[in-house]
Amino acid sequence: MNASLPRDWDTLRQSRGRRLERAVSLGFGKEIPVDRIIDLLEAVIQPGDRVCLEGNNQKQADFLSESLADCSPERINHLSMVQSVLALPSHVDLFERGLANRLDFSFSGPQGARLAKLVQEQRIEIGAIHTYLELFGRYFMDLTPNVALIAAQAADAEGNLYLGPNTEDTPAIVEATAFKGGIVIAQVNERLDKLPRVDVPADWVDFTVQAPRPNYIEPLFTRDPAQITEVQVLMAMMAIKGIYAEYGVTRLNHGIGFDTAAIELLLPTYAADLGLKGKICTHWALNPHPTLIPAIESGFVESVHCFGSEVGMDAYISARSDVFFTGADGSMRSNRAFSQTAGLYACDMFIGSTLQMDMAGNSSTATLGRITGFGGAPNMGSDPHGRRHASPAWLKAGREAYGANAIRGRKLVVQMVETFREHMAPVFVEELDAWKLQKSMGAELPPIMIYGDDVSHIVTEEGIANLLLCRSPEEREQAIRGVAGFTPVGMARDKAMVENLRDRGIIRRPEDLGIDPRLATRDLLAARSVKDLVRWSGGLYAPPSRFRNW
Amino acid sequence: METLDFRFDSKPVPRVADPALCGVVGSGNLEILVKPGIEPEACRVRIKTSARGFGATWQAVLGSFAASHAAGGTVIAINDMGATPAVVTLRLAQALAEYQGGNP
Repeated sequence: MNASLPRDWDTLRQSRGRRLERAVSLGFGKEIPVDRIIDLLEAVIQPGDRVCLEGNNQKQADFLSESLADCSPERINHLSMVQSVLALPSHVDLFERGLANRLDFSFSGPQGARLAKLVQEQRIEIGAIHTYLELFGRYFMDLTPNVALIAAQAADAEGNLYLGPNTEDTPAIVEATAFKGGIVIAQVNERLDKLPRVDVPADWVDFTVQAPRPNYIEPLFTRDPAQITEVQVLMAMMAIKGIYAEYGVTRLNHGIGFDTAAIELLLPTYAADLGLKGKICTHWALNPHPTLIPAIESGFVESVHCFGSEVGMDAYISARSDVFFTGADGSMRSNRAFSQTAGLYACDMFIGSTLQMDMAGNSSTATLGRITGFGGAPNMGSDPHGRRHASPAWLKAGREAYGANAIRGRKLVVQMVETFREHMAPVFVEELDAWKLQKSMGAELPPIMIYGDDVSHIVTEEGIANLLLCRSPEEREQAIRGVAGFTPVGMARDKAMVENLRDRGIIRRPEDLGIDPRLATRDLLAARSVKDLVRWSGGLYAPPSRFRNW
Repeated sequence: METLDFRFDSKPVPRVADPALCGVVGSGNLEILVKPGIEPEACRVRIKTSARGFGATWQAVLGSFAASHAAGGTVIAINDMGATPAVVTLRLAQALAEYQGGNP
């Protein structure tokens, strides 16, 4: 018999106790005065800690982030940051000022260039770039935070939190931290005697601080219909007629961008004229896109579950509680982890855009000098082999891919791109920039957003390629070249093979779908301006000032 | 600015209305004027573009247009401000339809 080695089984609890004692010894109660937040952070955070700084897609714990960046690197250093989005300058300041040196994240959007520079200077070590759901999963495995710095709308005297419509990542972060010996600190916009609803119970929260200004929320999902082009209208017509209608897609997620905004705005017009109301686009995992308002008002949409909210949409959402998930208080409840789960397992289709696609269909938004990450796209833009429930769209796609006796279906993963981006940068390329980026990052893998073998369809202005029907890598390659337009890789197509793919319906041109490109005009859009969206909403949508031009 | 001239063989345009103007000169867009020419089985194109160095792409886009449409007997003038091939293709189809009286 081996004698068991003596060990403590509650070191996390002991560590937590010592941190809380240090805070008490400095005179802190549960409510932290705003001018002493740095003292608190320096008391409870230790060098080498894993810290989750709540940076969501939209809601940002900006005050806590700036405060942490202002802490002394003598006291706090070698932090390992875990956070889904690196959006604010202060997020990167942590690394530049020597407080943190390791990062596991999902998306870095506007900070992508600074991040790439820090990696090249070896001042930051990137653990991995994750999809949201994957990062949340690791919060409960090997990346559990020692300290979580989160953002809430309001706290009451006990420390219960109300998260408002932008719940986003908060439940996942708090649950992982509070139940594994961690410390949870919340910045709040206001203190209330009675909260509209309790989203996080007080005994999961150690400290609250009222921030000097409300937390920043990025209006990420607002697209001005005035900027939608005729080419985007044409591609939207093709997608609706050639994919949504043919597969009968009812449960779906739309990526962010003008291409999918065009589809949303064609539902009440073009799709309704095709008799598709009630047959497509009834259930959504989607942020509350303002461009979805006309489809909702037209009765196309039955239900929308949201990852987060969108600036200006709160009153509209509250007034449409049959469609959106709302609390007893009337305000929306979002939840990124659950909505991503819906996007993975409960949606029949993901449709989004990308910056580059190679001849195997791999796509990436990483370009040289920018490490941007991918957010939720790799999760929703993948075919989940764990899915077991059937639906007509899933079965049809599965039979196209695997034959009539298929024992599983297939998610539709659609990439919708104009063949050239601005400044004539081709979307279709022989090699993704992601490979060069991999080398410069010293990463194990290139940052591919959506793997080619998950992609079912590609929509461009030239047509639709159905990759499910391709029977060899050569056919896939020519199917992609065959819709790659006048890009160099498109012009390098094997014309005879492309015509053969067209005869087999693997490539379909607008005319093959019965679409006259000349009819693709902006007149088809249900709303042609932000003001039109406000009108559709009956005045309930209140766009941020930067989208108001009237 | 760069000026490019092309000539493509193309089937004669079936019917002609008035000279047709389509699109606007704005960023990422272009203006196309279609007028009668003297060669019934050729389409002549002159492009003035703000984006230099895309002659081969123009040739491919216009060549594909002239092959897939009956555009012989026309002279086409294009003022371009960096339109993508997708926009050019769409505008050409619109302008030619207009030139033929507006109907497909």
